[in-house]
This record gives sequence, structure tokens and C-alpha cells, in this order.
Amino acid sequence: MSNLSNYSLSDLVKGIKKKDFSSEEITKTFIRNSENSTKLNTYITKCFDKALISSKNFDKKKDFTGLLPGIPIAVKDLFCTKNVKTTAGSKILHNFIPTYESTVTKKLWSEGAFLLGKLNCDEFAMGSSNETSFFGNVTNPLGDKLVPGGSSGGSASALAANLTPVSIGTDTGGSIRQPASFTGTVGLKPTYGRCSRWGIVAFASSLDQAGPMTKTVEDCALMLQAISGYDPKDSTSVDIKVDSYNSNLTDKVKGLKIGIPKEYRVENMPPEIDVLWKNGMNYLRDAGAIVKNISLPHTVYALPTYYIVAPAEASSNLARYDGVKYGHRSKGNSLIEMYENTRSEGFGDEVKRRILIGTYVLSSGYYDAYYLKAQKVRQLIKNDFDKAFKDVDAILTPSTPSAAFKMGDKKDDPISMYLNDIFTVPVNLAGLPAISVPSGHDKNKLPIGLQIIGKPFDEQTILNLSLAIQKRANFKRNIKVWWE
Amino acid sequence: MSIDKDKVKHISKLARISLDNKKISSLSKDLSSIIKFVEKLNELNTNTTKPLTSIINASLKPRKDEIKDGKIRDQILKNSPEKNEEFFVVPKVLE
Repeated sequence: MSNLSNYSLSDLVKGIKKKDFSSEEITKTFIRNSENSTKLNTYITKCFDKALISSKNFDKKKDFTGLLPGIPIAVKDLFCTKNVKTTAGSKILHNFIPTYESTVTKKLWSEGAFLLGKLNCDEFAMGSSNETSFFGNVTNPLGDKLVPGGSSGGSASALAANLTPVSIGTDTGGSIRQPASFTGTVGLKPTYGRCSRWGIVAFASSLDQAGPMTKTVEDCALMLQAISGYDPKDSTSVDIKVDSYNSNLTDKVKGLKIGIPKEYRVENMPPEIDVLWKNGMNYLRDAGAIVKNISLPHTVYALPTYYIVAPAEASSNLARYDGVKYGHRSKGNSLIEMYENTRSEGFGDEVKRRILIGTYVLSSGYYDAYYLKAQKVRQLIKNDFDKAFKDVDAILTPSTPSAAFKMGDKKDDPISMYLNDIFTVPVNLAGLPAISVPSGHDKNKLPIGLQIIGKPFDEQTILNLSLAIQKRANFKRNIKVWWE
Repeated sequence: MSIDKDKVKHISKLARISLDNKKISSLSKDLSSIIKFVEKLNELNTNTTKPLTSIINASLKPRKDEIKDGKIRDQILKNSPEKNEEFFVVPKVLE
């Protein structure tokens, strides 16, 4: 039997149902790989003993009614897990043990999966390289000193290194799709409202969404089906039917119209990205789709808009960390001094930058000039997409303007770090679904992904188009285990 | 607009984050470059544009206000850095 950790989720589910192998065998394989992965620093909390017990319990009483029978899954440490430490990659939550379970993880467990561990991420999901975590940098299994992207860097790295069969991340400005692109994996940000945000540590509430990170498009469809749906605990989750994304999955995309936005051709983009994009158009043409040029004229304003809206929401959301009810507390002679010291010691540099920017743009005298202005431009960005989707069924772009970069390369320059998300951020501002599918390599043989953006709640179409690309790109991750 | 050191001090006071002088200097530089970056939006005339208020077209769905997961006071208190019986403890507020 070949190594089970190379299997896709879909093949693991099939094998478990056919009784080719047990949940315990699968779980032991992923635990072994995870225990030997210290150099990658993907785990913040390991739940291996409990996972092993869960797998044995599953094998004793096999239940195949769920979508994920007997599957161990490690998740981003931004999802609250009942009685399991949840840190959001921050010192201020280093000892926080939730009394409740996030809706999205609860849904995974109700489909037969169980928790393998909590994965590293940028502090409060603020970062594009996983260099802002209090628990240290995560390494990309594709190369030592290479970033895995962020903020769901631990999830992407663990998945690519075969430490977990699938993972879930969160995406506020590209935090699922960019690390997926950097590690040669599939990552999907659902439509805003498709999945419940309840129990996810909040960053920017009008932008945050949970989503699957997987090895294949088929796995992505399966996971999306498992985590989607209305939740009375999140009034922004939307009550519309969840499709059987996996059983409806098809690469028959003949006649679909695909838009190519000219504004996504940016300066200094490596030529390989342009080649990748052209290849993507050819794959879809080959599958019978119609490729046409479109314009999203306000694209260049998306990042500046994001860096007003997201910090503004973050500064409000993170006001709750005051050292009183949970988390880290510093000493102080007065209540105010205690707050100020707690937040100074508890938050890292990037989180402080964003809280301060957010406080500034919301403060008296500046609100209209910055926050209100940004909300107006956000409307213009959304209008661009609404107009484009009258003509096309989906939009094809590169996922990122480059492949994974070296640790430290962009750490001291916030703006150059922010530019990583140039292709992913507009999607969050408009609340749309988008997927990154691995499609090629740059000149250093590092993976790069293509992004497909869909109409609201039309995840099925972008999954189908991704499958058509996956079948034609013949992408290989080519990861050699060097970290054990 | 640049964010000088006095402005950084003022915002950090509002955000309840204490900062030493070295940090204030480096933040003044970082925040100024971020604000300069976002001021690109001033190129656009938005006089007639209404600000976006909700990203989803569906109206928010109300639910009954019921307690479904109560009676966990002691578990919640366990996360507190300092507590006294069933109370959270903070530094003295009134003299």
C-alpha cells in the first residue's frame, strides 16, 4: 500500500468506505508526518492523542452517513474549538480556551471528521507571509526560508507537506487563495454569507469568510459542501440552498463566458505569470468556454480601499482584548494603564499598525475623508463586478503577482507586503466567491495559481472551471521531504 | 497627510495601546506611508456615490432571542486572568 498521506480526501473517503484501510491507519500516518514536521512550525496546538482515540472509536462503530467519515483534519487556529486552546496566532490569546465550537468546525465534526490540531497563522490573520505570528514563522515545504504565504500559512504548509488531508482557513483579503497559490494547493473563498462566521476570531467582519484548502478541486467541492449553510448565530449568513457541489462537479464548461480583466496586467509582473494566465485561457478555450476581454476600471483602488476598511473594522473588533475576561493581562496601576500595557505587550507590530490606522480613519475629523470615502469607492468596485457579470459567467486572473518569496524579504515594508494581495482583495470587497487553482511554475520551479472569480453564490461554476483547468494543467507539486 | 509623532501618541491613547518613544518614531513613519498609499482614493470624484452599507443583497434574518448554551459561568470565568468567586477582578477604579 502506498503512503496514505499522499491520497486526496476523496480517495481517503472512498478507501474508508470500501474498508481498504481504517481511520486509525490514516490518522497514525498523518500524526507520524506531523510529529516529524517541527522545522515547518505549522502546529500551534497538537491534538494527536485525542485524534487517535476518535479514530479508534470510529473504527469500532463505523458510520458512513457523513461526508467525511473517520477523517482527521487540522484547522487554522482562528476557529474556536471547544476546550482546545485557540490563539489566533497572538500572545494576547496565548492561553484562551473557548467554551464553544465554531459553526464551521462543528459542521466538519458532524460529517464524521475529528480535530487533528490547530495550525499556525499570521496574528489575527493580518499578514501575507505568516511572519507575524507570536508562535513564529511557518516554512513553506517547497523550500527552507521560503514563506508559505498568509495569513492561512500554517494550513497551506501542513496541507502541502501531507500533515493533514485537507484544512480550512479564513480569507479577508486573500488569506486562503494566496497561500494556496504559494504552496501549489487549491483554496476557495466562498461568497460572503455562504458559511457562518460564528466562532471565528473576527478580523474584518464585512470581509471575513471561512473556506476549504485542499489538494484537488474534487476535495474542495466536498469540503465546501460540508461547511456551507445558514446559521441562526450569524445573521449575515444567507439562507439559500447548499448545492451538492461534489456530485454536481463537472468539467463540461462548454459555452461559459470567461472575462479577462485588462487591469490585472500589472507592472513588474514576472513573465511566467503572464504565460500562466494565457495558458489558463487556452485550457478553458479547449474545454469549450468563450474567453473575452472585460474591464474592471476601479481595480487599482481596491488595495487602498481595503487598507481603510479592514483596519477600521479590525480596530473595532480588537477592542475586546483588554485583559479582563480572558487572554493575556499586563500589570498596571490603574484600569486604563492595565488596558494600555496589556494591549501593548499582547499585540505584535502588524496588529498595532492596523489598529492605529483603523482608529485614525474612524476618528473625529477624519471619518469622512477616509472611512466614508473608502465605503463609496467600495461601492464603485462592486459596481464594476456587477456590470462585468452581465456579460460573463466567471472571471479569470492570476492569484498572485509572484510566487512564494524568501522570509524577511518584505517584512519591514508594509506596503510591499500589502501588494501581494492585489489580485485577491477586490473579491473580498465585493463579497464574491473565488478559487485559486495550482496551474504552473515560475522560473524557480515554484508553484503559481490561477484565480477564478464567480457570481455571488455560484461556487459551482468556479469549481467546474477549476476542474477543467486541473485536468489540462497536469500540475505536479513535486515536494521532496527535506524537513524530517 | 503625514502622521507625526504627536498624532501617533493621540491615536494610541484612543486605541489604548502604550508605546515607547522608539516605537512612536517607527510607527509615525509606517503609518504615514500607509496613509499616503490610501490617499490614492482622492483621485476619484465620489460626490454622487452612495457609500456601500451591506455586501449582501438578502435582508438580515432575525431569530428568537433564546438562551441555548447558558449555565457555563464557571467555565467562562476559568479564562479570566484574575477572578474572585464569580467576579472578574480589575485594578481599583474608584478611590
